Amino acid sequence: MPILRLVLERIAYAFIVVTAVLVLNFILVRLAPGDPAEVIAGESGGITEEILAAIRRDYGLDLPIHEQLWIYLGNAIQGDLGYSFYFNSPVVELVVSRMGPTILLILAATVIALFIGTTLGVLASRNPEGLFSNFLTVASLIGYSAPAFWTGLMLIILFAFVVPIFPIAGLYDVTLSVGFFGRALDIAHHLVLPAFTLAIIYIAQYSRLARASMLEVLGSDYIRTARAKGVAERVVFFKHALRNAVLPIITITGLHFGNLLSGAVLVEAVFNWPGLGTLAFDSLLRRDYTTILALLFFSALMVIVANLATDFCYRLADPRIKGKRS
Amino acid sequence: MPAADDSSTLLEVRNLQVDFRTRHGIAHVLDGIEFSLSKGEILGIVGESGCGKSMTALAIMGLIPSPPGKVAGGEIVYRGENLLKASKERMRRIRGNRISMIFQEPMTALNPVFTVGDQIAESIVLHQGLTRRAALDRAVELLREVHIPAPERRIGEYPHQLSGGMRQRIMIAIALACEPDILIADEPTTALDVTVQAQVFDLLLELQQDRDMAIVMITHDMGVIAEMTGRVLVMYAGRIIETAAVDDLLQNPQHPYTRGLIACVPQLSDEPEAERAALMEIPGVVPPLTELGVGCAFEPRCGFRMPVCVQSRPSPVAAGAGHSAACWLMEEGDRP
Repeated sequence: MPILRLVLERIAYAFIVVTAVLVLNFILVRLAPGDPAEVIAGESGGITEEILAAIRRDYGLDLPIHEQLWIYLGNAIQGDLGYSFYFNSPVVELVVSRMGPTILLILAATVIALFIGTTLGVLASRNPEGLFSNFLTVASLIGYSAPAFWTGLMLIILFAFVVPIFPIAGLYDVTLSVGFFGRALDIAHHLVLPAFTLAIIYIAQYSRLARASMLEVLGSDYIRTARAKGVAERVVFFKHALRNAVLPIITITGLHFGNLLSGAVLVEAVFNWPGLGTLAFDSLLRRDYTTILALLFFSALMVIVANLATDFCYRLADPRIKGKRS
Repeated sequence: MPAADDSSTLLEVRNLQVDFRTRHGIAHVLDGIEFSLSKGEILGIVGESGCGKSMTALAIMGLIPSPPGKVAGGEIVYRGENLLKASKERMRRIRGNRISMIFQEPMTALNPVFTVGDQIAESIVLHQGLTRRAALDRAVELLREVHIPAPERRIGEYPHQLSGGMRQRIMIAIALACEPDILIADEPTTALDVTVQAQVFDLLLELQQDRDMAIVMITHDMGVIAEMTGRVLVMYAGRIIETAAVDDLLQNPQHPYTRGLIACVPQLSDEPEAERAALMEIPGVVPPLTELGVGCAFEPRCGFRMPVCVQSRPSPVAAGAGHSAACWLMEEGDRP
């Protein structure tokens, strides 16, 4: 069965990429200046050569680097990416506990951007020289140029002082979250501002892309064929054209996932959203290398999963890709 | 093909004017097009790229892209009804149902994300109100009629799985799905290789005879005109410059442009080398339609130009039964 073969192939491919990410990250950190033994010794009090040697021996830092790498990889396969001294817990647990809010934020931003962006772009393509289309061109230029942290701050000012209808920080409010639905509603309420902040750039991009893609498709021969068949203009637009115009949007959405993740670092910091972004931000300030390594690893993993998902979505949407491997 | 009497006339185009707004001004893409089409007739329209052949077809279909295009005047009368006055909804019901069209590029004319079965069935569901299931059964029959092997399997396939010739057969099946009175074929084989071209023409002739359907065959190839059509319109720069029955036109062409087109097909000429050499001396291409002067549009390229050609535009002059041409040479009585 070709689809099963394809899935296995992709997983094997993903496994290679993940291993490469682990090795590269490990080497990068080892290349960076500084000695972990000195940091640990420094935190525990005085530094003597004996203590340093003991620490190096305990942590395996006296071994040749390839043996250290081997041990690291062996541990990683067993799900052990090290221990964060700052949080006093295994980093895997730490990162996994923070993944939920980030994935929620990114998915919400993607859905918002896809829905609003595509709708705006498609509407603009109905009359490409019209007022709305020109307005959208200008608006998307602004949306595309504004940095997310600035947009976030502006939204906070708007919704904290001018019209205070959305909470501006955190994941939920302990006093308001009652029961499962109460909690879900409260999280959704908290999600609005950060998700929109993260989504704005992508709304701008998808609206431009959707408009251009629709215009290109509307000029193609098969649209003329549909019209020549006597298909109503509304059906030509929403069935024959839109179905083709979403294909590049699917591709770009997949490619954007990595950018969204890095955008989330800023947005989470601005809105104090307890996800991977704030963890990464805090860990960087604390020089918590094990946590940063684990974060890099998990980010790579999420991007790989997102690419796999995009790949399969595209296959569902475009019959020309079926059976081909690329 | 005998001259059309009123009862058998399907379509009559009268003084059709189509303008396009361009950056360089208004272009009269079609200027005073007049012809009629009878039941079961095969009418040829011939001319170079940009002469208005396809625009004539799109005007009949009500598919002139607007903006920038606009029908500025005239009538297109189908069975007594002026299509230029018909509502959008009415035109939609005629398109693909009573008047169908096939296009030049079979490789891109089908929607890549729908199966060919669905693309054929769509037309049937739309105009005949069949269920999708029944329409797909009808699609299988249609594929059999256009000689596509294993039609039950093919209806589930996507356009990219088919060859160019097969795709053009699918296009023909779509066009014929509702048994139209008129099929407009706009360079249907230009993109296909020669052996496939012959097959598609044979298929069109076979289907035309089975159904007594009228065909408007648009082409730049005089060879196709000679083999397929009964009566011919020769177009240049948005006007009909000569019209005649095909044999009359080939044996007794009046307009220098028509002669040039015929000379392009060596096997149709007595002295291929000489004629082709003469044609090579005609410089240039179809002029930009915004830059036409008051004179004859072909004048800059014409080997027989006279002072009068620059001053005013010739009107059609009869040159025998059902034969007319718009050229000053005919009025001067001084034909080379």
